[in-house]
Amino acid sequence: MSSALTITDVTKHYRIGGGLFGRGHQSVQAVNRVSLSVPAAQTYGLVGETGCGKSSLGRCVARLADPDQGRVLVGDTDVGPAGGVPLRTVRRLVQLVFQDPYASLNPRLTVEQMLTEPLVIHGLHAGRRRERVRDLLAMVGLGASAADRFPHEFSGGQRQRLGIARALAVEPQVLVLDEPVSALDVSVRAGVLNLLADLQDEFGLTYLFIAHDLSVVRHSSATVGVMYLGGVVEEAPTDLLFEAPRHPYTQALLSAVPLADPRRERARERIVLTGDVPSPVDPPSGCRFRTRCWKATEICTTEPPLLLEVGDGQRVACHHPAVRGEN
Amino acid sequence: MTTSAPATTRPGFLRRFLRHRLAAAGLIILFVLLVACFGADWLAPFARGHQDLALGPTPPSGAHWLGTDELGRDQLTELMYAGRISLAIGLAVAILSTAVGTLLGAVAGYLGGIGSEAILRLTDLFLIVPGIAVLALALQAFGSSMITIVLVLAALGWTYIARVVRGQVLSLREREFVEAARGIGASGARIIFRHLLPNLAGVIAVGISLSVAAAIIAESTLSYLGYGVQPPQTSWGSLLSQAAGYLGTPQAYLLYTPGLLILVAVLCVNFIGDGLRDALDPRGRQL
Amino acid sequence: MNEPLLEVTDLRVDYKTHAGPAHVVDGLSFRVEPGETLGIVGESGSGKTMTSMAILGLLPRAARVSGSVRFEGQELVGLSDRRLRDIRGRRIAMVFQDALAALNPVMTVGDQLTEAIRVHRRQATRRELTTRATELLELVGIPSPVRRLAQFPHEFSGGMRQRVMIAMSIANEPRLIIADEPTTALDVTVQAQVLDVLGDVQRRTGAALLLITHDLGVVAGLADRVLVMYGGDQIEQGGVEDIFYTPAHPYTSGLLASLPAMQRRVPGARLHQIAGQPPAPTALPPGCRFAERCPHAEPGRCDRAKPEPVAVSATQKARCVRAGEIAAEVTR
Repeated sequence: MSSALTITDVTKHYRIGGGLFGRGHQSVQAVNRVSLSVPAAQTYGLVGETGCGKSSLGRCVARLADPDQGRVLVGDTDVGPAGGVPLRTVRRLVQLVFQDPYASLNPRLTVEQMLTEPLVIHGLHAGRRRERVRDLLAMVGLGASAADRFPHEFSGGQRQRLGIARALAVEPQVLVLDEPVSALDVSVRAGVLNLLADLQDEFGLTYLFIAHDLSVVRHSSATVGVMYLGGVVEEAPTDLLFEAPRHPYTQALLSAVPLADPRRERARERIVLTGDVPSPVDPPSGCRFRTRCWKATEICTTEPPLLLEVGDGQRVACHHPAVRGEN
Repeated sequence: MTTSAPATTRPGFLRRFLRHRLAAAGLIILFVLLVACFGADWLAPFARGHQDLALGPTPPSGAHWLGTDELGRDQLTELMYAGRISLAIGLAVAILSTAVGTLLGAVAGYLGGIGSEAILRLTDLFLIVPGIAVLALALQAFGSSMITIVLVLAALGWTYIARVVRGQVLSLREREFVEAARGIGASGARIIFRHLLPNLAGVIAVGISLSVAAAIIAESTLSYLGYGVQPPQTSWGSLLSQAAGYLGTPQAYLLYTPGLLILVAVLCVNFIGDGLRDALDPRGRQL
Repeated sequence: MNEPLLEVTDLRVDYKTHAGPAHVVDGLSFRVEPGETLGIVGESGSGKTMTSMAILGLLPRAARVSGSVRFEGQELVGLSDRRLRDIRGRRIAMVFQDALAALNPVMTVGDQLTEAIRVHRRQATRRELTTRATELLELVGIPSPVRRLAQFPHEFSGGMRQRVMIAMSIANEPRLIIADEPTTALDVTVQAQVLDVLGDVQRRTGAALLLITHDLGVVAGLADRVLVMYGGDQIEQGGVEDIFYTPAHPYTSGLLASLPAMQRRVPGARLHQIAGQPPAPTALPPGCRFAERCPHAEPGRCDRAKPEPVAVSATQKARCVRAGEIAAEVTR
């Protein structure tokens, strides 16, 4: 199957602090040589904790930030800054859905104005934009009466639907979903997740689904990648990753997810990690997880492990991955 | 553009504005002042500059509602013509300085970098400059015509609104909806004019009202000091300055009326600014 | 029959708003026994946080509180601020979601901890205070506590700050700890640590815990009993297993069914979805709060009056006129 989204060696640094002339600045390596690919009309789930770089990667893909190195391909088009494709064209290929449905909608624009804007910018549907706005609203399960209202008149779930409608207005091929449901209540969350799945089926959209909630990712993604301190440490087809994680960090992460099932939740053994995530300004040498890893040895301090295939489409970046059946 | 009417003309706007009682009152009084002053040719009880030397100074009476000065000129007529200058200067300065300040502030805030820093330092410089002294010097150099007064006041006045707008834009541009606008491909100009400035409408409305008030007061001060409009033109400030000598004499009424009008005009504009700020927010006023 | 530690009866919190009075808490009643963990779950706007603020007397003056909150036999509603302050922090402690905002950025953690102790134990010497502070940090699992006491809040990570908050809350051996979304701001691995500490501290001190959260997983792991809130009142309460395995109220079962399950993926599967929105606190329906969204609602029965709690078992009660019938339907 051809990939709709191919990310190769993407690296992103952010400068922090520093004086007027750049003296004494430090740089944070938010994303460190990440490569992954997503087949057309599929969902790739990207999980990790705060500061692991998953959102920075998503922003690089949607070109809200420019990666320092590496390439991002949508189909065969290089949408990165080096690709030479005009940013306007890139916008029509990749769109991002934001996490916060309250902050991501301009409070001064009516829904109609908000959804018309991308059509105007890209010269789409001239002459029938009113109808197009109503079509978009219908696609996300909102009535035509929504068009004349302001964002503050909607609930969180409805606002997130508006954010999705705005992203769909330019008919993109790839959607970066940056924590699209984590600001929503549980009962509303299900509706938005279902909507995203319906839209994918209908329009063949490819999703890069960024989330910290593992159960949401498990439900909606075909493949899952786990990030830690800027790099992907493990990637596998969803069921394999959840049932037979090989990287110690993935194992710890999975064991920490609270289950809405009192007996299972109380019966299981947790791998409780000690300490905190090291600062991305000064990441550990070698394997970045080694400071919190119970398996770390000498080689982990010197050699950064490579993300290597271990069978069945599972890739792990670890010098001491768990053996099959150890779980 | 095919977009529908902007938010500010929606039916809720006028209702929200009028709910603000002081603002509604301010609007009415200011309107009356404007009509009276700019319609003075038709409305004034006497012709402009009409003297009645035999009459001399008289206190308010049936014939001269606000009395006459020592040349027997009707004070009400004088005030109406003087108000033209004061109000015109106030409004012109406010519009000019707000337009310049908003634009520079928004561009500085949105683009950031060295240009932003330069504008910020420039506004700092204006903050420490003794405004009235600079004005007086500039007017001596260029002559006190109405246009020079407006230009000089605007040149000093834009920095305040520029600082405020820059600060607001700095925080607004980090908001996700601005990023979302970038994400759908909006240009810098579109983001500034369609996404940032409408969200600052309240701040800008308050800025305009403050600078109208500041300009009227500054003009009065200049006129009082003798650097303002030159005879035969008069403004409320120059009337005040001419009457200054009457403090404590029976002619003190000549002093009160221009002062009162300055006060009333400034208050009206401030109330209108408050009302606009609330009315321009589609979320309405929250209790 | 021993007395409950906390007994809330017909608690109401009203605000005046533009759109008329908002009933954010609307006739809530529940009890907390000594040493138990009661989980209060609910979505945003269900009134769960307002409930905790009302118990602590921390609501703004604009809020009108009525009903009764009895703690250790003493009525808290209407108590003077001074008396309440004495109870807060000594007998009832609280842990908030945002530990960074709750700690003073310019005081060392040690100073803040000793202050918390000293407020209620004025005669303690400096040495006693420091010893106690060190002990507390050790109790919540903070390594090298003596060094940590001299540090400022910003030098602690999010999880460590939340541990400091827990340490401060138990400084005076309270009988009740109210934890409002204590781990919501934290990452899962850190959340697991903090929940462990909270459970451990509670076991060691024997305090009761009122755990307020939207996260059903957190409740499943820690609570003995669960209270489900919706539209300002409890809609169901029961033992933790009752609620999770045999929910009697359609809202509870709908909520549980809408969670993505941590199990094998079925491609193309859709989640259970609850239609509609929760009612606004300014426009609560006269009948069952959930009737409008409920697949089991019967016109004429559910929309007339607020249903009384129906006992579905010895330990479980649901505010649903059809609770018995629905339970029968579900088990078939």
